[in-house]
Amino acid sequence: MAEPQRARPKPTPETQHFWDGTKAGELRLQRCDACAHVYFPPRPFCPSCASRKVSIFKASGKGFLYSYVINHRPAAPGFTPPYAIAVVELDEGPRMMSNIIDCPQTPEALELDMKLEVAFQALDDKITLPVFRPAKG
Amino acid sequence: MRKNQVAVVGAAETTELGIIPNASQLQLHADAALNAIADAGLKLSDIDGFATAVETPQQVCHYLGIKPTWVDGTSVGGCSFMLHVRHAAAAIEAGLCKTVLITHAESGKSMIGKLPRSTPADSLNGQFEAPYGVYGPPSMFPIPVLRFMKTYGITHEQLASVAVVQREWAAKNPRAMMKEPITVADVLNSRMIAYPFRLLQCCLVTDGGGALILTSADRARDFPRKPVYIMGTGESVETPMVSQMETFNSSRAFKTAGPLAFREAGIAHEDVDHLMIYDAFAHLPLFGLGDLGFMPYEETGKFIADGNTRPGAKLPLNTNGGGLSYMHSGMYGMYALQESVRQMRGIAPAQVPNATISVCHGVGGMFAASGTIVFTNER
Repeated sequence: MAEPQRARPKPTPETQHFWDGTKAGELRLQRCDACAHVYFPPRPFCPSCASRKVSIFKASGKGFLYSYVINHRPAAPGFTPPYAIAVVELDEGPRMMSNIIDCPQTPEALELDMKLEVAFQALDDKITLPVFRPAKG
Repeated sequence: MRKNQVAVVGAAETTELGIIPNASQLQLHADAALNAIADAGLKLSDIDGFATAVETPQQVCHYLGIKPTWVDGTSVGGCSFMLHVRHAAAAIEAGLCKTVLITHAESGKSMIGKLPRSTPADSLNGQFEAPYGVYGPPSMFPIPVLRFMKTYGITHEQLASVAVVQREWAAKNPRAMMKEPITVADVLNSRMIAYPFRLLQCCLVTDGGGALILTSADRARDFPRKPVYIMGTGESVETPMVSQMETFNSSRAFKTAGPLAFREAGIAHEDVDHLMIYDAFAHLPLFGLGDLGFMPYEETGKFIADGNTRPGAKLPLNTNGGGLSYMHSGMYGMYALQESVRQMRGIAPAQVPNATISVCHGVGGMFAASGTIVFTNER
C-alpha cells in the first residue's frame, strides 16, 4: 500500500491562476482596480467593494509569522509530528495558512512576528505549494 | 424581535450521555426528542415546527413521525441550535407555527450512523488549508491563540486555569463525564495535542443529544414546567477558514452575535446571573468574555485564573462543566442551551441561587459562526 499522501489541492477556474503562479515560482495575489483592496483567497471580484474589475499581480513573497500551532496528534496523512501549522501575514496585507521550513518546529524557534519569505514545494507535476522560511538578513 | 414573546417549555438531553454503544445518531435524536416532548407534556402530533443540524429535517421528522409546516436546517456547526432558537422564536411570532422542536444528537465517540465529515480537494479549505496538515479541530481551533496571548499578555497558566475551574463545576454534576479535581500543573503536564494546547485544554469526545421545545409565551403558562423566556438573540457567520479571520485578537462572529442579543434583551453585563460560553477549547471563554463586552481582553485570563467564574463567585461560567468536562459530542451548543434552561428553571445540579438572566453563547466551526441567546425566567 502506498504511503498516505498529504492532501492535494484541486484548482477551480477561479483559483487556477494562483496554482499556475506557484508552479512558475510566483506568489500571486489579486488587487481591486476600483478600490485597491488586495485579497486572498482568489476570486474574480473584490470582496470589499464587489467590483469585478480586478488584477492579478506577483506578490513580494515577504511577510511575518502571525500565529501557529505545533501539531502533535493526530497527525495529518503525509506529516510527521510535531509540525507547525502557521498563518503568515503578507506584506501586501492578506494572510494565508502555510508551513514554516528550514526552522526547528519548536516554540523557541518559531517566534511570533518573525520575518518570513516564500519558498515553493512541488508536490507533483501539477501542484506546487507556497511555504515560508525565515527571511535572510 | 420583541423580547419575552416566546418560551422554552420542553428541554431534555438523551437518557444517557457519554459513551452510548447501543444507539445510532438518528436514534439519539429521537431519544432526546421523546424526552423533551414528555418533559413538555405534549404529544408528537402537537409539534408543527422542526429544526435540526447535520442530519436533515426530513430525516429526523420522518424517523420521529412529525409532520411539520415550518422547518429549519441551518447547519453552521456547534452553535446551530442557538440559531434555531432565534429562527424558531421569529417563526412563532410571525405565526408560521405554534410549537417548535429542535433536536441535536451526535454519535461523536461511538460513530454509529454518524455522517462523514470531509473537505473536498477543490473547496477553498481543501486548497488553502488542508495541504498544510490541518487534521481535525485540535489542529485548527487553537491557531489564533498564540497571537491572542501575545496581544493581551495572557499566560499559559491562565489558559490552564479555564480547565481547572470548569472541572470544579463538573464535580457538582452527576452527569459530567470528568469529575476528578485537576490543578494548573496537571493541565500543563497533560500530553501535548497542538501547542500551546494540551489534552486537558481540549474538549471531550462523547455521544449524546438534546432537544428543546418552544412556543409562544402566552401558551407557555399552560405547560407543566416553569417557562424560560427568550429575552434576546443574535447570530452571525464569518469564515469557514480559520486562517481568514479578520483578526486573531477577537472573533467577528462573536462580536456581532453577542452584543446583538444584549441589545435586544435590553440588559447590561452586570444583569447577567449565569453565563455559558461554548468551550470546545480553553481559549474560547476568553474570547467570549472579551467579545461579549464583559471586560477588556487583557483582563479575561486573570479574571478566570483569579476564580471569578468558580462556584460561588460573581460570574458563574459553564456551570455544567462545559465541553472540557461535561460532554462534547462534536456540536456542543445544545448542551450549553440545556444548562441555561436548567439554571432558569432552578433545577441545575450546580444551581446558581436566584438566577434570573442567563446568557448562552455558542461558536460554530473554528470561529466560523456564532449564536447568542439571552434567557430569563421572569416576564
